[in-house]
Amino acid sequence: MIELRDVCKKLGTRQILAGLSLHVPKGMNYVLMGPSGTGKSVTLRHVIGILKPDSGSVQVGGLEVPTMDRDDLMALRRRMGYLFQNGALINWLTVEQNVALPLEEHSSLSKSAIADRVHEVLRMVGLDQAKEQYPPSISGGMKLRAGLARALVTQPEYVLYDEPNAGLDPIISHQIHDLIIEVRDRLGVTGLIVTHSRACATQCGDRIGIIEHGKIAVEGTVAEMLASPHPLAKAFLGGGSD
Amino acid sequence: MNLFTLTGEAIRTRIDSAGFVLDLLVRAFGSVRILPRRSRFLFDMAFNAGVRALPVTMVVAAFAGAILAMQTGIELKRFGDTGVLGTITALSMCREMGPFITAVILAATVGSSMAAEVGTMKVSDEISALEVMSVDPVNYLVLPRIVALALMCPTLTVLSDLVGIFGGSIIAQQNLGVSQSRFWMSAQDALVSSGTLLPKEVYVGLLKALVFGIAIATVSCAAGLRASGGALGVGLAVQTAVRNSVLLIIVLGFIVTWFFYFLNG
Repeated sequence: MIELRDVCKKLGTRQILAGLSLHVPKGMNYVLMGPSGTGKSVTLRHVIGILKPDSGSVQVGGLEVPTMDRDDLMALRRRMGYLFQNGALINWLTVEQNVALPLEEHSSLSKSAIADRVHEVLRMVGLDQAKEQYPPSISGGMKLRAGLARALVTQPEYVLYDEPNAGLDPIISHQIHDLIIEVRDRLGVTGLIVTHSRACATQCGDRIGIIEHGKIAVEGTVAEMLASPHPLAKAFLGGGSD
Repeated sequence: MNLFTLTGEAIRTRIDSAGFVLDLLVRAFGSVRILPRRSRFLFDMAFNAGVRALPVTMVVAAFAGAILAMQTGIELKRFGDTGVLGTITALSMCREMGPFITAVILAATVGSSMAAEVGTMKVSDEISALEVMSVDPVNYLVLPRIVALALMCPTLTVLSDLVGIFGGSIIAQQNLGVSQSRFWMSAQDALVSSGTLLPKEVYVGLLKALVFGIAIATVSCAAGLRASGGALGVGLAVQTAVRNSVLLIIVLGFIVTWFFYFLNG
C-alpha cells in the first residue's frame, strides 16, 4: 500500500504540492495525471524518498518514508522499482549491464542466474536483441524499455512509473501497457503511474487521480473518471487526448 | 537584498560547499571496504587518467625543468657556481614543481572530465536512478575516482620529476656548459643526502601529489554531484571543479611544505 496524506512541498519559491493526498491499495495501479509542472514526478520522488515533504505523511507498506534512516530507506528501495522519464540508464554500461546492476549490487544470485533473469526481463520488454548496445546508441523508446526492465528485474513489490510510454510508438506503447498490467496481475505489484496518456490511464489504471494546484482535484475508478463531468477529467480522459 | 545579506549568503554558500566536499570525502573513505568490488572501474579510471594526462604533463614538466635550469643558471653563471644547477633543479622539481605541474594538469584534464561526467549523470537523473536502486553514488562513482587519482597523481609526479630534471640537464649542457655527468651527480647528491630510505624531498613531493590527487577528485565529483539545470549547470560544475581544485592545490601545497620544512624541521 502507498499512502500520501496532506503532503506539501515547496521547491525554491514555488509551492509544488499543497496538501496532496492519495491512497494506492496493495496490488492496484493508481494513475496520476495532470498538467505539466503540477508535481506528478515530484510526488513519485517523495514516495521513493529522493525528496522529503515540508509537511505531511508519505507511507509505503506502512513505513513512514521521510523519517526513515538511510539503511532502512535503502532496504525499502530494494523492494521498489522506478522507471524514470528518460530511462536514466548509466551511459557507460550496456543495456544488459544496466539491467543487471541492481541484482549485482544486492542479490546473492550467481552470475549465471543474474544473466538468466536479465535475459528474461529483456525479452519481456522486447530488448533482447539490443542487450549489447550502449544507451547513447539506442532510441528514446528503447531506453525507456531498458529502464522498465531494470525497474522490474528485482521483482519489486512496488513500481513507480514516470511516463512509461513517453516517446513510444502505439505498438510498443500497447506492449508496455500489457506488461504493466501483467506485472500487477501476475506478481501483485502495487503501481503508481504518472502519465499524460489516456490509453495508458484507462488500460493500466485501477484508479485515476488528476492533480491540480498541488493536490488531487478529481479522483475515481476508470469508469467513474470516464463518466466524470469534471473539466480536468474531460480534458485528460475525453476522446482524442492520447 | 543589501550588501550584508549578500555577503552573508555568499559566505553561507561557501561553507555549505566546503561541508559537502568534506562530507563526501569522509563518506567515500567510510565505504572503502567496497573498493574491491569496484576494482575494474578503478583501474579503468586510473588508466584513463594516466593516459589522458601523461603527454601534456611530460611536455610541461620538460619545459618547466628547462626554464628552471635556464633562469637559475643565468644567475649562477654570474657567480661561477653552475655546478649546483643539478641540485637546484632536482630539489625544485621534486619538492614543488613536479607535484604542482602534475596536479594542475590533472585538474584541468581529468578533474574537469570527472565533474562533467558526474554532472551530466546528475542532471539526467542517473544519480537518482542509482539511489532508487539502493546503489550509493558515493561508493559507486566517487570512491573509485578518488582512489584512481590518489594512485595516478604520485605516479605521474615521479615521471614529471624525472622528465623535468632531464629537461634541465639538456639546458645545462647546451646553454650553460655543465656536463651531463656533473649535472646528474649534483642532482643525485641533493636527493640522497638525507640518508633515509626515501629522501625527504621525494617523499614530501609524493605526499603532496597524493593529497592533490585526493583533493582534485573529491572537489570535482562534489561539483558534479551539485550540478543542476541541464547543460549550463554541467558547464558551471566543470568551472567550479577546476577553479576549486587549483585553489586547493596551492593552499594544500603551502600547508604540506610548511608542515615538513618549518613545523617539523
